[in-house]
Amino acid sequence: MLGKKQSMAAGAASVTPILLGVVPFGMIFGAVAASSGIPAYGAAAMSLAVFAGASQLAAVGLLAEHAPLSVVVFTGLVINVRMLMYSASLAPHFSGLSALEKAPLAYILTDQAYAMSISRFTSKAEETRKPYYYAGAGLLLWVVWQAATLAGALAGAAIPPEWSLDFAIPLTFLALVVPAVRDRANAIAAVSAGIVALLAFGLPYNLGLIVAAACGIGAGYAAEQRSRRYA
Amino acid sequence: MLEMRSFWLAVALIALGTFALRYSFILVMDMIRLPVAVQRMLRFIPASVLTALVVPAVVFHKLPGGVEADWRRMAAACLAAVIAWKTRNMPLTIATGMAALWGIGFLERWL
Repeated sequence: MLGKKQSMAAGAASVTPILLGVVPFGMIFGAVAASSGIPAYGAAAMSLAVFAGASQLAAVGLLAEHAPLSVVVFTGLVINVRMLMYSASLAPHFSGLSALEKAPLAYILTDQAYAMSISRFTSKAEETRKPYYYAGAGLLLWVVWQAATLAGALAGAAIPPEWSLDFAIPLTFLALVVPAVRDRANAIAAVSAGIVALLAFGLPYNLGLIVAAACGIGAGYAAEQRSRRYA
Repeated sequence: MLEMRSFWLAVALIALGTFALRYSFILVMDMIRLPVAVQRMLRFIPASVLTALVVPAVVFHKLPGGVEADWRRMAAACLAAVIAWKTRNMPLTIATGMAALWGIGFLERWL
């Protein structure tokens, strides 16, 4: 069993490859906010308070178009509904902590921290102190996101889009999803989610992701129930 | 240019709502007992959500003018998937995918 510090360090180390994609994304948000007339401290405050890149970008884009406040808030929140699924998936691994200890862990929940932690928890669970591993991953992402946002707001997006560094983010999830498909029911879940994600891509508010994930979860569960019945 | 008062209001409301979404199950799962069906569904969340994140990000490329299907990203991701499957090595998977995408772009420009 790793100690607390080693577990945190292992979590932080696990997210280093994905920073390649997070830095340009954070800088783009800062630069977009600046070009919409938001002062650098406003962009930094939004990153501190919300800490969710896609919804921050969408909200700033809508505000710049003078969309009604209700539309801005609704859009920003619907994009983050996936956090409910991450929360449900991680919750069993944080059981026993106090509500006060759980609050900062919830605040630093992101796609990347979730993906890294859940794949570690389901493969090498006994070796790590789970909340510390997750906190190491989440905190490093948090620091880098705040720094990248501020840099983008002050200096503009300095990384040329032709470098395609944004592609590092789906590649990281790809590297995580392959080992996550470890049985037939999970394979069915992944294939269903992938197909629905393509079909539902045009849906607004990132809803395609939610619909696709729900279909995948349902398909995996149904496949498992079926094999249970005939076993 | 946008109005700063609506900006601060939007930031506050989105921040509160997003925190509630993140805290939800992490907070309550110790206190309530989820139905057995829901408990069984939890183990399908990683494969489902991650695939739903990856597939559109690889197939489509968002450009300022709109969205287009991008065979370069699909080809690079297929190669990366093979590496992920064979090696289970994340840095190598990312490096392969990025190198493939850059390599295809390079070849296109010079051939």
